[in-house]
Amino acid sequence: MNVQPVTVNGTTTDVDAPDDFPSLYLMRDVIGVTGPKYGCGVGICGACTSHLDGEAFRPCVTPVSDTVGKQITTIEGLASPDGTLHPVQQAWIDEDVAQCGFCQPGQIMAAVDLIANNPDPSDADIDQAMRNNVCRCGTYPRIRKAIKRAAAAMR
Amino acid sequence: MTTTESQTSTHPSGTKGVSRRGFIGALVVAPTLTAVVMSSDAHAGLLDPITDPVADTLGDLIPDLGLPEAADIVDLGDLLILSDAPFRYNMRIEVTPDNRVYFELPRLEKGQGISTAAASILADEIGARLADVDVELSDARLDRPFTVTGSSSNVRALWEPIRTVAAGLRARLVTAAANQWGADPFSLVARDTMVVHPDGRTLTFGELTNAASQIIQITTNAALRDPSDYTIIGRPQGRIDARDIVTGQAEYALDLQVPDADPTVIARAPDIGGTVASFDATAALAMPGVIAVAQVSSGVAVVARTYHEAFQGRDALAITWNPGPLATTSDEDIRNTLRSADVELVPSGGLFTKTIDATFEFPYVAHAPMEVMSAVADVRSDSAEIWYGSQTPVIALQAVALAIGLPQSSVTLHVPRSGGAFGRRLFYEPAVEAAEISKAVGQPVKLMWTRNDDTRHGRFRPMSINRVRARMVGRNVITFDHRMTAAELDLGHGFGEILTAAAGQTLPAGFSQTAFHTTVSVPYDFGVVTQLLTEVPIPVPTSSWRSIYSGTVITSNEIVVDRMARRLRKDPVAFRRDKLSDERPIAVLDRAAEMADWGRSMPSGVALGVAIHVEYRSTCAYVVELDTNPEIPRVTNVWVAVDVGRAINPKGLEAQMQGVVSDAITTVLRVGNRLDDGRIREGSYGDFLWARMDHTPFDVQVDVMPPTTGEPGGAGELGYPTCAAAIVNAYTQATGQEPNRFPIFRPDIPDYSEVTG
Repeated sequence: MNVQPVTVNGTTTDVDAPDDFPSLYLMRDVIGVTGPKYGCGVGICGACTSHLDGEAFRPCVTPVSDTVGKQITTIEGLASPDGTLHPVQQAWIDEDVAQCGFCQPGQIMAAVDLIANNPDPSDADIDQAMRNNVCRCGTYPRIRKAIKRAAAAMR
Repeated sequence: MTTTESQTSTHPSGTKGVSRRGFIGALVVAPTLTAVVMSSDAHAGLLDPITDPVADTLGDLIPDLGLPEAADIVDLGDLLILSDAPFRYNMRIEVTPDNRVYFELPRLEKGQGISTAAASILADEIGARLADVDVELSDARLDRPFTVTGSSSNVRALWEPIRTVAAGLRARLVTAAANQWGADPFSLVARDTMVVHPDGRTLTFGELTNAASQIIQITTNAALRDPSDYTIIGRPQGRIDARDIVTGQAEYALDLQVPDADPTVIARAPDIGGTVASFDATAALAMPGVIAVAQVSSGVAVVARTYHEAFQGRDALAITWNPGPLATTSDEDIRNTLRSADVELVPSGGLFTKTIDATFEFPYVAHAPMEVMSAVADVRSDSAEIWYGSQTPVIALQAVALAIGLPQSSVTLHVPRSGGAFGRRLFYEPAVEAAEISKAVGQPVKLMWTRNDDTRHGRFRPMSINRVRARMVGRNVITFDHRMTAAELDLGHGFGEILTAAAGQTLPAGFSQTAFHTTVSVPYDFGVVTQLLTEVPIPVPTSSWRSIYSGTVITSNEIVVDRMARRLRKDPVAFRRDKLSDERPIAVLDRAAEMADWGRSMPSGVALGVAIHVEYRSTCAYVVELDTNPEIPRVTNVWVAVDVGRAINPKGLEAQMQGVVSDAITTVLRVGNRLDDGRIREGSYGDFLWARMDHTPFDVQVDVMPPTTGEPGGAGELGYPTCAAAIVNAYTQATGQEPNRFPIFRPDIPDYSEVTG
């Protein structure tokens, strides 16, 4: 037994897994948190992007041992408990960003991280920060607008 | 005869997997108003019976005089819609006591926004608020055999049937209110999910549904609303599933909590089409978390507690593979085969004739949707339940039944939303594989293709060579010829059920020719136009890729149109306008040029390019601004004008026109797939370099034209070749180079221009 206490969206679950077990499959297959998506499994598409102690990370390439004692926040944990959306989620609705929606949990979590570090991102900043998340439907122009809208709302 | 039946229903809106057979069989007095229209001559009891919709509609479509090109008269969308015509009212709409309007959508939602468009049509016609409409994707239904989500035909196909059924339900609700109030039904209006009396009294649909379901005599008008009364159709609406998506609640196949369904992957051959010679699973079965191993037609499946453990179990298998059918074949071999195919063009030359010849080469391209191929299956001895996001659910169900030896009626196929498709989900290998595995291991499984599986064992837009010859005398174009030579495109899905699929599989040439000639057309006055397709069977799996043939044909044609203009020293916009006679493409061309401020002076290395396209009863124009100063040119802005006849949801239409821009950038400036001794080289987004934020424009402005024909045309595939050609035309404008091979660049291959240039 190698019990690891994993805290996702405020709930701690003891899971029996080796230290190097990738966090994504514990969340999705054991704990049942399915907001983070599998898109590549090797950290290059960004579909599983979530937060570890408030900073963006890639659960598909993060060993569970790196998350112990820390708070994982997934897309499901971004809104307030009363259902009030995070300003980035609201901007995503206001700009009607999503098409198939599969990459959007990762896009939103990456955008929250961007705005937390840069309250007024330029086009070049957005290019740089969001280049690690693929959107196959091509919603990029609306993602860009939604980030600017959310950043303005949060300033 | 009435085909609008009142039925007992306890269907909670949004609930998955409720047995439909209960509703369909039950014809009892009901608490709710439900239209479950079933029979093949169904017409909702509202209109005159439809005797021969195919012949009638064709009669309306075909004019008295000659046929300029087939696609101008009957396009593939028409054929898809006509094939479905006898079944088109087979849909389910229910008004629930809690004042919701529930619609079972017979199409796949894969990001194109069909749920929102269908809900908008329904809400406006029945008189409901859009927020009160719930849409759930329908299971495969054998009584609706021609259900195909493809060829940009969805809105076209659903537009009339949804309104017809909804108008009938509205008439019942209004009649019920009139009876209750003792009012003149013609004085009442249905709006905001209620019926409103002239004195201000209201009854909600929920309050009326019980009475409405028992009405025998409808006492008011069930005619379709006049478009001037629309309050939702034609106005921008956000996606109805937007909140689910941004909160992580939207469920794709592998997010469904199907009891006891364990993660499953397949060890696949390194070669396309390779097979298992022998394998030893001893080590794999000893791995932690591994539950079962089974050989299936496409490889060796590993079932485990988690995907991580399934991957490890797969990697521990010892497998000897038989080579695939292409084991000694590479890209260059196929290209040479296509180059050497015997293709006749009209002779060049002629007195005072200028001839423009162009040859374009397009590579294989994978669909690469964000959600990898996946399916969930629970196969029992006498029944099976499958979850697969299918563009062709009926033939998918039929293929599953065949594979596991059950009657079709014992197989249920649920259709979850999918994370993109682009034509990939016209085929259904994962559904068949998951069913095979579940049967073999005796438990439910959820099968996932890894990203590498998805690319290397997926399907591709066929490699093609497109030859175009235009002949001009003075400023007149006298002939325009297009000869497409391509690896054969698999249309084995037919029109969605097994009979036309059999035609697609056994008579591929005839089917392909039909598809070709009912899709591609030349909108210009170019004299004698001939476009011909020659296909070569090559065992690389293929599938339509955001169009059937137009993706390469129209791109090529629109590049040549620019070359013709240059040869005549004419402005590309002016030349197009001069050669068009239909006012719709002229209007979008002028509008896009105006939006882009066409003709303005540009910085060095930056240029505008233009292209238009007419298909799916729609037309659009793109103007692209391209900066060729970076190593890989960047599209910096795009302006689009689009006329779809009548836009149901301009915001969703805009999204489709924006989305194709990154497809076009990707395929023109970045990637294709290479075959190397029978194996696809690219595997994941790390080497299949799909366009990302920093490769795409800062803005894509879309202007949706006001209704023209009044009937909605298709949109999903419309913009792709238009934008692709506009990028190439801008590139030529900026650099003077006339590229003939795509992609023009390959950021993953440093010496690309020397390799095969």
